[in-house]
Order: sequence, then C-alpha cells, then structure tokens
Amino acid sequence: MRHERTVDVLIVGAGPAGLAAAAGLAAAGVGHVEVLEREEQAGGVPRHCHHGGFGARTFAGLTGLTGLTGLAGLTGLAGLTGPGTSGPRYARAHVDAARRAGARVRTGVTATDWAGPRTLDTTSPDGLERLTARAVVLATGARERPRAARLVPGGRAPGVYTTGELQQAVHLYGHHIGTRAVVVGAEPVAYAALDTLRRAGVAVAAQVTAEARHRVTPWRAAGARLWHGVPLLTGAEVTELVGRGRISAVRLRHRGGRLAQLPCDTVVFTGDFVPDHELARRGGVALDPGTRGPAIDADFRTEIPGVFAVGNVAHAVEPAAAVTAEGWRAAASVRRYLLSGHWPSVVRGV
Amino acid sequence: MSGAGAPGRGGPGRVTRAGTLPPAPTAPGPPAGRGPTSASAHEPDDSTPLPYDSTSLPYDVTVVGAGVVGTAIARELARYRLRVAVVEAADDVGEGTSKANTAILHTGFDAVPGSLEARLVREGQRRLASYAAECGIPVERVGALLVAWDEEQLAALPALRAKAERNGYDRTVLLDAAELRAREPRLGPGALGALAVPDESVICPWTTPLAYATQAVRSGVDLHLNCRLTDAGTDAPGDGPRVLTTSRGELRTRYLVNAAGLHADTVDRMLGHDTFTVTPRRGQLLVFDKLARDLVRHILLPVPTALGKGVLVAPTVYGNVLLGPTAEDLDDKRATGTTADGLAFLRERGARILPDLLDEEVTAAYAGLRAATEDDDYRIRPWPEQRYVTVGGIRSTGLTASMAIAAHVTGLLADCGLDLGAPRDLAPVTMPNIGERFPRPYQRADLIAADPAYGTLVCHCERVTRGEIRDALASTVPPVSVDGLRRRTRARGGRCQGFYCGAAVRSLLEGNVPRAGRDRVERAR
Repeated sequence: MRHERTVDVLIVGAGPAGLAAAAGLAAAGVGHVEVLEREEQAGGVPRHCHHGGFGARTFAGLTGLTGLTGLAGLTGLAGLTGPGTSGPRYARAHVDAARRAGARVRTGVTATDWAGPRTLDTTSPDGLERLTARAVVLATGARERPRAARLVPGGRAPGVYTTGELQQAVHLYGHHIGTRAVVVGAEPVAYAALDTLRRAGVAVAAQVTAEARHRVTPWRAAGARLWHGVPLLTGAEVTELVGRGRISAVRLRHRGGRLAQLPCDTVVFTGDFVPDHELARRGGVALDPGTRGPAIDADFRTEIPGVFAVGNVAHAVEPAAAVTAEGWRAAASVRRYLLSGHWPSVVRGV
Repeated sequence: MSGAGAPGRGGPGRVTRAGTLPPAPTAPGPPAGRGPTSASAHEPDDSTPLPYDSTSLPYDVTVVGAGVVGTAIARELARYRLRVAVVEAADDVGEGTSKANTAILHTGFDAVPGSLEARLVREGQRRLASYAAECGIPVERVGALLVAWDEEQLAALPALRAKAERNGYDRTVLLDAAELRAREPRLGPGALGALAVPDESVICPWTTPLAYATQAVRSGVDLHLNCRLTDAGTDAPGDGPRVLTTSRGELRTRYLVNAAGLHADTVDRMLGHDTFTVTPRRGQLLVFDKLARDLVRHILLPVPTALGKGVLVAPTVYGNVLLGPTAEDLDDKRATGTTADGLAFLRERGARILPDLLDEEVTAAYAGLRAATEDDDYRIRPWPEQRYVTVGGIRSTGLTASMAIAAHVTGLLADCGLDLGAPRDLAPVTMPNIGERFPRPYQRADLIAADPAYGTLVCHCERVTRGEIRDALASTVPPVSVDGLRRRTRARGGRCQGFYCGAAVRSLLEGNVPRAGRDRVERAR
C-alpha cells in the first residue's frame, strides 16, 4: 500500500543545514531534490528563536571564508546581510531560497524507517510512501537533553522545560509558563531561554551552571546579570527537583558541598545538545563515539555509500550560520558523488 | 460520556470530575506573549458536588479506588444488574501504584505455593491474557530468564524450578552459561546460567485499567474522580445503605469495596478495622530509549534473595527497556520522587546485567510505591455484617491478578448477601494500540486514507498522530493532564521529552480540557 517513487537527492530535515544543501544542489542543476520535514513548518530550530542576530555573518563572511560567495547570491539569501534578523525570518528566507533554487520542500512528512540502502519509508497525511534516492542527506539536527536523560532526581511534577519546548510554548502557542524560573546552563542557548522567559513574563530566580563560568560574550553575560538582575550561580549542580503537583523548588549543591534551595515553579534545562540520530542508527550508519552523531569524513560521507550527514546531527551543536555553510559544502560533495559514483572504501573521520 | 444520562441499570454510566465547566474554545490562537490564565486562577475545586442522583439514589456497590484492582472489580460488577459507583481521589484512573510498576504479566511461577496470591495470579494471568487479546491491550510474550551471577544463585535454580511446579507451572527450562549467552548475547560477563520461564510476558499497565474503566462506564458504572473518601459512615441496619462522605459530597451505598491501594489501611480503619498497615515500598525505575530495545530479548530477572525480587531488565511493549526497581520501605505514601542514590544504584546494577544499556538515553526516571503490608499474602477479607470487603496488600502482582481478584471479590460480596442475579456478557471494547507488536496508526495506509489525521505526526519520538490524540481526548474516560494523555497515547513520552512536541501536545490537550481543568494540566502527579 506504499506509493513508490524515486528522486535524485533526498534530504531529511529542513533546518538550515538541510535547506542549504538543498539550495546548493538545486542551484547546481541537480534534477529532483526533495527535502522532508516532519514539522508542519520548515526552517528548523530558528523557527522558534525570536532573538535577533541570525544571518549577520552567514552570507557576508562565512561564504567568503569557505569560497562559496557566489551561492548566497544564487540562492537569494544575499539580502540577509548586516546586523542580522530574527529566527523566524531567517527560517523563512532559508525555505524560500531552497524553493527558489528548485528544491521541493515538503512539510508534515516523516521518514519513519529505511527500506533499502538509499530508500526511506515515509508517513504523511497523504499516506505512506517509499522513496528511493541516488543520494540521501541526513540533516536531522540536534536536541537538548531533557531532565530525565540528565538523571536529575526528585519528583516528576510539571513545570520542567527544555529551551526548545519553552520557545515553542511561548512564541508559537502563547502558553502560560509560570511565575518564577530557574535556568540551568550558561551556554548561549541559556541566554535565549532568559529572553523567552522575560517575554513570557516569568521572573528568573537564578541561572545555574556546574561550570566555573558562562560561555557567552562578556557583554551578554553582564546584560543578563546587571541589566536584568539574573544572578549566575557557577560551580553549582542541580541535585533535585522538588514539588508535588507543580515544581516548587530546585535543590543545589555548590562546589565545596554547601547545599541550597531555590524556590521556583519552572525549571528550564538548556544546552547539552545531542544529535537526533535515530534515523541514522536505524539505517545502520556507524556513529562517532565522541559526538554520538553519524561518523563522517570531510566530505560529509558516512560509511554507507550514498548516505551523507550534515549539520548538527553530526556534531551538536553549532550556530545556524556554521551549519548553513556546511550545507552548501555538502551540496558540492553530494554533487561530486552523483557525477562520479565514487565512494571511499574506508571513510575517515574528520 | 458525561452528562445527564439515566443512572445505573441499562444506559451507560458517567465519568464525573471536579471543576468541570463547558469546554474552552479549541483554536490555539495566534502566537501571543502571555497565556490566558494564571497558575492559580482556576484551581480544581474538589468540592464540586456529585450529580444529584448519585447522592439521592443509593448505589448497590461502591468501590473505593480506581486503580487496576478497583476498575477490574467495577468491570466485573458491571456484568450484573447492579448500580455501581467507583470513587477515586485522583483525577484519573490508575493514578497511584498502577501507573508505575514493572509492567509484567506474571505466570506466578515464584509465588508462595498455596497462597491466595499464587492462586489469583495464576488465574488472573489466564484471564488477563485472554482479555488483552480481546480488547487490544498490548502484550508480548517475551519470556523471562532468571540469571544466576554466582554459584549460590546457580545452586538455587533447581529449587525455583521445583517451586514453579508446585505452583502448577511446568514449562521452566534450566540453561547453562553457553545456552544463556546464545539467547542473550549482550548480557554482561559472569553469568553462570539461568532458569527460563517462557510464558512471562510484558503488558501495557496503562491500557489495562483504562480498558476495565471504559468497559465498566459504558456498561453503566459511574466513575467519580477527584472524589476522596473522607468518612465511611456507620453500619446501617438490615439491607439499608451506609452514607459515604467524600470531598464532593455524600453518596449512599449498600455494599462497599475497599480497593484503595496504598490507602487501604486508612479506609479499613474508617470501618473500624485495625488489622494491617500499608508500608509503601518505593521502587525507582529507569526507562531507556527505544534504540536500546535490540539489546535485550527477554525479561532478565535476578534470582530472588531474602531482600526481594531485586533489579530486573525488561523490554516494554512500547519498545523501551526498563531497569529497576529499587525496594525501599518508607513511611510517606506520597514519596514518589527518585533519588540520586537510587538512580546510581540502578545504573550500577544495569551496568553489570547489560553493559551497553548505559550508553543509551534515559527517557524517564520514576518511582512507584508498592502497597506492602506486614503479611506475605494479599489481604482480601469480607466483613458480612458490614456488607464490606477489604482488598488490601495487593503488591506488584496486582496487575496480573486483577481480573481474578475481581471475580473473587464479587463472590465475597455475594457471600455477604449481595444478590447478583444472572451475569450478562459486556459489550466488547477495543482499546487504541500503543504497543509496537501490531502496526500503529502511522504505519497504516488504510487508516490514513480514511482520515489524514492518522498520518499527521505530532509526537515524533513515539510516532503519535493527531488522530490518536484526538481520539484519546474524546474517549469514554478522557485525560485531563499531559501525563494522562501520555498514558493513553505515549505522546511526549519519548527521548526528547517534549523538546519537539511538548508545546503542540499541550495545545491539543488544552483545546479540549474544560477551562477549570486547564490548570490541572499543570498539576499532574
């Protein structure tokens, strides 16, 4: 009962990496480039990142560095230079660029499993399909590890988020969040979570990290701490979530053993990205033990001939600009493979 | 199923909850900075009264507790021409011990021979296996291996085999180290042998009480949720009803069944009995992602020691792998939190049993409280002069034994004077399949062609479609919390724990939850 089709290149995931690869391939004249996106809207994580700064350097700087200056113009993204734009606008620009270049971007389509080395089964509201491609590009991205995977003990009361869920709840659905939050982490994404909480009207009791310092620019950290009054507790580990019916506090252990308890009704676990490698693993693609993403070489090739991996699925986690540039480079690599059919017998990791 | 139906005999029963108001608009609306309600604006009001006819017309039987045992009893009683109510303190069925167990359908091979538990587990296993097949409750007969890790344990296996035979189970097989390794190649080093119990199965512990409750309600039982029993009244003379006081008002009942699980001793004391104490025994468990499923083929049981059954590794019907439980005797019946020590202990044990397991992502860590008593057996006892039956001390085997317990309790009610009359066959129910053994909706071209909602995936990790979520929200016993929805569909239960789908799932749920219920969404236990 599956409808079977063939395409030239099948790209799984319509985030910046997948869309850039699609744009690059379609712009280079590869015939049928199809991108599968399981969400209702294409664009990936930037869809729900309402902070600015997207694309500030992507198209002006990185393209030049990687020798792909021409592509930005070709794909229509050249307009996004200057101080950068918001995530949703950036996501739309990426989708438009891929479509304008001639790629087919389909949303609400999930690649559920493999039916052959370069054949994927899909589910969508239109039914079941079996798509065979000359090359498959895995661009399934990364996700933040949730509380359970971090093995943070305590009660299971609601009020616990990752940044990804928080941003969607606030920016896409307008959900009520809570009144007082603790943010775990001090990578850039934690500061994005602070912005989202502020927008949702949630006070932030503290930002907590087990590290010795934050991982952002001094002005970003100072802005949160001094301007918005969010204390940053470094060297502090979350030992327990307290609460019945709703989170009521976070327990901490400071370096040196001192214990503390922060009252709050919301906890946001940020960062600690892991590749979303399910499809890769189901296809028997070997993983890199370090990244837990598919093991790839400098040309984005996995061990399986014709199967590439690009973007944050291969190395959680880099900013949109970096994975966009990767997508463009991967497009060139995929195109070389389509022309030559060459695949190394041993794929060497980068 | 709510609303003003005819009570009791004939028509369907009702599910009533506290604080139920007309449904809120379903559209999620455009993105906005703030949600519409504050966290405390619509706290559920447990004083929302019971429907008028529940308080005025006496029930024939009232069952206290809507866990797997209480719902099984209600379903069994629904076969007779009786007016039956279930009162449950929580806002959903199976909200206590029933939702947090090891999800095994036992053969009863290691029960205490001759005990009531041994008999009811054996009989219950047969009944539930057949009921599961009829209703579509996910079950997988994966078999169990009791793995011996030292000479002492190895020496204990023949005695366990003999015990199984005394329990009427003669299909066990002794395996040497090589045979064991052939069956479980990923087992950690040092396993010396095993006793195979081929009929041990894994089952969905969430669908089971839901199936019972659904069938009971459709057959005329009233299910009153958010309805905490606070007083059991005084013994009425003759055949007259006793008056129960609940957080939602009074109701009258001629017969009473105590299936209150962890609180069975409290309810028993309301009736003037002080014969046992429930000591909650906490079991912490870790659930590993489905990508771990291929690591293990059987339920891997430890050889029982004086300290209990020990830590097991088991596949689940959803395709996860379970590691646990701990066994900690506590005083607090609400201590369902996990602890750093407990999780570290499980990881240490898991590393020995199945070393590769620890490389996989944990999708959930939870704790359940088993209703242990000072006795080694179930405490099921009729009090004919009070027209009351105590169903206490139902431990981890309660899921397996539930249908046999229900039949046994129904018999005891008859012994107490309840006129059952002739039983009837209940209209069958078909539960949504949330197991992996049969095709799920996202894999079914026929379903998607008929309704594209079954091709619209909302929860990607667990492959849950919009159609399944919609069906759950419109079901006979609908969920009111994210957790309740997860137990019916698996939505938001996977490795991302809502990173991708959490906001979408919540919006589908809240679109259908009465306004006053909206904040209960936040309060799921």
